[in-house]
Amino acid sequence: MSTVRKYLGLIVTIGVLLMLVAWPAITGKDITRETTFTILLSVALASSLNILLGYTGYVSFGHVVFFGLGGYVGFYLMSAQGMSLWISMLAGGVSAGVLAFLLGKAILRLRGGYFALATIGINEAMRAFINNFEPFGGPTGMTLNFSVYRDYGGAGQALWLSYYVLAALTFIVLIVSYLVRTSKFGLGLLAIREDEDAAEVMGVNAPNVKTWAYVLSAIIPGMLGVLFFFKNGSIEPAPAFRLHFSIEMIVMVMLGGQGTVLGPILGAYGYQSLRGFLLTSPIFKDIQLAVAGVLLLVIVLFVPAGVVGWLRQRVPVLRRALQ
Amino acid sequence: MILQVEGVGKRFGGLQALSDVTFDLPEGQILGLIGPNGAGKTTLFNCISGVYEPTDGRVTFRGEDVTGSKPYLMARRGMARTHQIVRPLNELSVRENVIVGACFGRENHRLPAAGDIADEVLEFVRLADRSDQLAGSLNVGQKKRLEMARALAARPYLLLLDEVLAGLNPSEIVMMVEIVKRIRTERNVTIIMIEHVMHAVMNVSDRLLVLDYGRQIAEGTPEEVANNEKVIEAYLGDPKLAERLMTG
Ligand SMILES: Nc1ncnc2c1ncn2[C@@H]1O[C@H](COP(=O)(O)OP(=O)(O)OP(=O)(O)O)[C@@H](O)[C@H]1O
Ligand SMILES: [Mg+2]
Repeated sequence: MSTVRKYLGLIVTIGVLLMLVAWPAITGKDITRETTFTILLSVALASSLNILLGYTGYVSFGHVVFFGLGGYVGFYLMSAQGMSLWISMLAGGVSAGVLAFLLGKAILRLRGGYFALATIGINEAMRAFINNFEPFGGPTGMTLNFSVYRDYGGAGQALWLSYYVLAALTFIVLIVSYLVRTSKFGLGLLAIREDEDAAEVMGVNAPNVKTWAYVLSAIIPGMLGVLFFFKNGSIEPAPAFRLHFSIEMIVMVMLGGQGTVLGPILGAYGYQSLRGFLLTSPIFKDIQLAVAGVLLLVIVLFVPAGVVGWLRQRVPVLRRALQ
Repeated sequence: MILQVEGVGKRFGGLQALSDVTFDLPEGQILGLIGPNGAGKTTLFNCISGVYEPTDGRVTFRGEDVTGSKPYLMARRGMARTHQIVRPLNELSVRENVIVGACFGRENHRLPAAGDIADEVLEFVRLADRSDQLAGSLNVGQKKRLEMARALAARPYLLLLDEVLAGLNPSEIVMMVEIVKRIRTERNVTIIMIEHVMHAVMNVSDRLLVLDYGRQIAEGTPEEVANNEKVIEAYLGDPKLAERLMTG
């Protein structure tokens, strides 16, 4: 009983995710799977970003750079070097992590808006670089030979496989997120978020801790990039480094509740549902990004703690269940 | 000597906030640091605790040259401080605030052990009943005690207290002075305290150091300092005041 109480937050989070994952598996429909794929991808990306944004308080506007770079590295290994999806995903994650480590040393010294601006700059610079990098196909990118999918049971099977791999990665992100949230390392991050100078005076080695948070938040997006473009069959600079994707991640984290484990799941689900609705509506179809912007503004102004944060504040009994 | 400060100076652009401050602090003492507003007291703390790198001079802590070290390294070495303008980690609970101190301070504890220390220290500063409240929701007096608790949870050798009595009402001052005295006797911690509340600092300190315009103008026992011409002129204003301070 006491273990259940202790881990209630984790149990609730995993339960919510299980329901999401099981739905397409039960119905077996491709369309459901595709919708859920998008949602899970958002959940995993938002939860990764949350480690930096929600726990550490650093806003990264260019987080998609890790998705794009990881995607490119992995895709190159699959298409040009004939490596397996698994090795390529690992390589994608590692390269994203290494980039974050180097960037962390360079730009995490910047505070607030300056850091956010620097992350945008890095994403744009990376896009420009890849655009001119011939081994990665320059502006036209790369495509996967269809025969590659044969190793994974054919194209149809590969889609399901991608789905389950994504589900597994999402679980991993959430567990990591929970472990970080409840660890000493995570407490250091929260202290930095609240007051970095005070945290340093209390002994938190902020430069180090921040860098590791950045690395942690970059690895899974790098792996997800590989998986996404594997499923997609081709990769180009524009979709790989799409800045508005970064902004959507921030909206999702903020909507669900930054700094909570459950928040990014709800935020990603809520935002993707809204987006699905907007895309099919004739009025909003072309301005769905504007709607995302307005939504972000409304959250920041009126519910900065997001849905989960708001519930935790208002309904203390839920505190243990919602983490 | 737990701390040696030799010729320390700090310049901000054109402003020499601190010049040539030199003193030794033996283990177990309480040193009072006084001086008018803007005299450089907080700047001296910042130079000692690694928040600022001094422009000149040398700081030695427990035999090790720590000039220009980082604040988080100083915390690890056993120096803890409170802030004149309180800096609670607002969205964390009072207990979590103190756990941060215990986790990342000198003894580098894991979470469960840090939790026990936090409970003990919160009891000591009489904040135990506020444990689960968010730090941001405390009143000023409680936030000052929270600063104190976080610093103590680090189990420091040297504690730097920056105006822990400012903004407190008379009964809170009595409580805080009591706490400071107990820290020295029960916990064996050396203390430097910056204070404007004269009767309290005179009463608690073994020695006083007086700063004025960044310069060290006097040093000695409370009696010596209170009778020092320069101090009376710079700070205490009139000799009768000094006498009154000493007696009550
Ligand atoms: N970061 C800084 N940049 C520029 N000037 C500074 C900085 N910190 C302090 N000063 C200046 O240095 C001088 C000494 O300031 P300090 O805060 O040390 O005084 P203090 O003795 O603590 O005063 P108080 O009793 O008001 O707290 C002041 O003139 C202050 O304006
Ligand atoms: Mg001061």
